[in-house]
Amino acid sequence: MKPLLGLTAGLLFFCGHAAADCLTRGTGDMGIVIERAAGSLQVVDTTAHKALFRVEGLGDLSHASAVYSRDGRYAYIFGRDGGVTKVDILCGKIVTRVVQAGNSIGGAISQDGQLIAVSNYEPGGVKIFSAQDLSLIADIPATGIIDRDGKQKGSKTVGLVDAPGQRFAVSLYDSGEAWVIEMKNPTAPKIQRYTQIGALPYDALVTPDGRYYISGLFGQDGLSLLDLWHPETPPRIILQGYGRGEQMLPVYKMPHLEGWAMAGNRAFLPAVGHHEVLVVRQDDWVETGRVKVHGQPVFVMARPDGRQVWVNFAFPDNDTIQVIDTESLVVVKTLKTGKGALHMEFSPRGEEVWISVRDKDEVQVYDTDSMELMYKLPVDKPSGIFFTSRAHKTGL
Amino acid sequence: MKRKAPTATLILAITVMSGTVSAEISPVRQAEIIHLLRHDCGSCHGMRLEGGLGPALVAKRFTDWNIDQLALTILYGRPGTPMPPWRPFLTDGEAYWLATRLKEGIQP
Repeated sequence: MKPLLGLTAGLLFFCGHAAADCLTRGTGDMGIVIERAAGSLQVVDTTAHKALFRVEGLGDLSHASAVYSRDGRYAYIFGRDGGVTKVDILCGKIVTRVVQAGNSIGGAISQDGQLIAVSNYEPGGVKIFSAQDLSLIADIPATGIIDRDGKQKGSKTVGLVDAPGQRFAVSLYDSGEAWVIEMKNPTAPKIQRYTQIGALPYDALVTPDGRYYISGLFGQDGLSLLDLWHPETPPRIILQGYGRGEQMLPVYKMPHLEGWAMAGNRAFLPAVGHHEVLVVRQDDWVETGRVKVHGQPVFVMARPDGRQVWVNFAFPDNDTIQVIDTESLVVVKTLKTGKGALHMEFSPRGEEVWISVRDKDEVQVYDTDSMELMYKLPVDKPSGIFFTSRAHKTGL
Repeated sequence: MKRKAPTATLILAITVMSGTVSAEISPVRQAEIIHLLRHDCGSCHGMRLEGGLGPALVAKRFTDWNIDQLALTILYGRPGTPMPPWRPFLTDGEAYWLATRLKEGIQP
C-alpha cells in the first residue's frame, strides 16, 4: 500500500504544479537573493530557509536592486548593465527583460504598481516603463554636464524612489539636483526640478510615510532634505558639517541610503568619510548623537521594531557587522561573518536577519535576539537580498 | 577641450617606477589583486569594469594615460572625486603591475 500512496501523493503534487512547474502558495514569506558574479538569482523561502528556484540570464548584476509588484508575485531586478528583468517568483522564470540603458543604478515602482522607473548612469536620466510588459512610457534625460574626460553627457541619476501622489523622486549626482516626477498622466510627466541641493548627491531615501526625501552628499558634510508635502519649498541642508574639524577618511565603498533606519522619532544614517552612524531627531532634524563604529558604514538598517540597528561596512572592514542598541546607542554586538558582508535583510517582523557573505558564497541567517547564526544557505557570490515584504512599503 | 590625465606628480611616478621595475608578484597575490579589482574597485567601477559611479576602466579610456599616471591614481586616489587612495592595500609594485594590466586591457 505504501508505495501506491506515495505514488498518488506524487501525482497530486505533480498535478498541482504541472502547468508550468509553478508553485501554488502565497509569496509573503518569499524573497530573492542576487548572485552578483553569475548574473543570476535564487528565489528563497524565508520560513523553510531554503532555495526554491535559481533564475539565470539577468545580465551584469555587479550592482543590482529589486522592487516587487504589489501582488508579491513579480520581482523587477535592475542590473548594472541597464537590464530590467521581470521575474515570476512562483514559477522561477523570467517574464520579460529589457536592456534599456548602458549603465544603471536602480529603480522604483509607482504608488499604484503600474509603472517601473529606472535611474541611469549612461546615458544619464530616468526611464519609465509599464510594469505589465516593460514597454517604454517616458524617457526623461538628465541635465547635461561636461565630465572629467571633457565629454558632454547627462548627469548620473541616483536615489530613485517612489512617493505618494504617483510621484518619483530622484537625485542628480553630477549636477547636484533633485527632481520630483509626477506621473498621474503617464503621457505627460510633470517635473519639478530643484537645483543646488548640495554637492554630489550619491544616494537618497524617502521616509516610510513618503513625506521626506533625503539625499546623502559626497561632496560636503550634510544631507539634503526635501519635504514632499511642501514642494513649493526648496530642499535644505541638514546635519551640516557633521564631520567638521575631523580628517575625512577614504571611502572604499559608497554608503547606501536604502530604506530608513527609524527607532521612535530618531533616524540612523551613515556618515561619509567618518566611521560613525549619525543619530538625528526627525521632528527638527537636529543631530542628537553619534555612534562610533568599526568602519565606513554602508547599510544602516533598523530591525522592524526599531530596537536594533544593524550596520555593515565598506572594504577593508566588510567582514564585520555591528549591532547598535537604539536605546543606549551602544554597539552591543560585533559579528565576524567572513569577507564581503554586502547586504542585510530582515524577515518581515524582524526575528531574523539574512546576511550575504560574498567571499564565503553563502547567506547567513541570524536570530536577532540571540544574535546567533542559525542557518546557512549556499549562494554564489551573494549580494542584495530582497523579501516580498517590500512590496507594500513606500521607498522600497 | 580634452581634459588630460593627471600629470602634476611625475616626480612621484619616478619613485614608483624605480621601486617596482624588478618587483615580482606571486601568482597567488596576482589573483588576490584581481579579486580586489573585480569586487572592491568594482563597487564603483563595475564588476566588469564597465563603469558605475566611477568611470569605466577599459583600455580605450586609457589611451591618453601612461602607466605611471594610472599607478599614481591607484595609490594616491584622485582628490575632488570619490576615488580613494589604495596605498594601504597595495605596494607600489602591485599598483604598477595592476596599472599595466589596466592599460593593456583586462577583463577580470
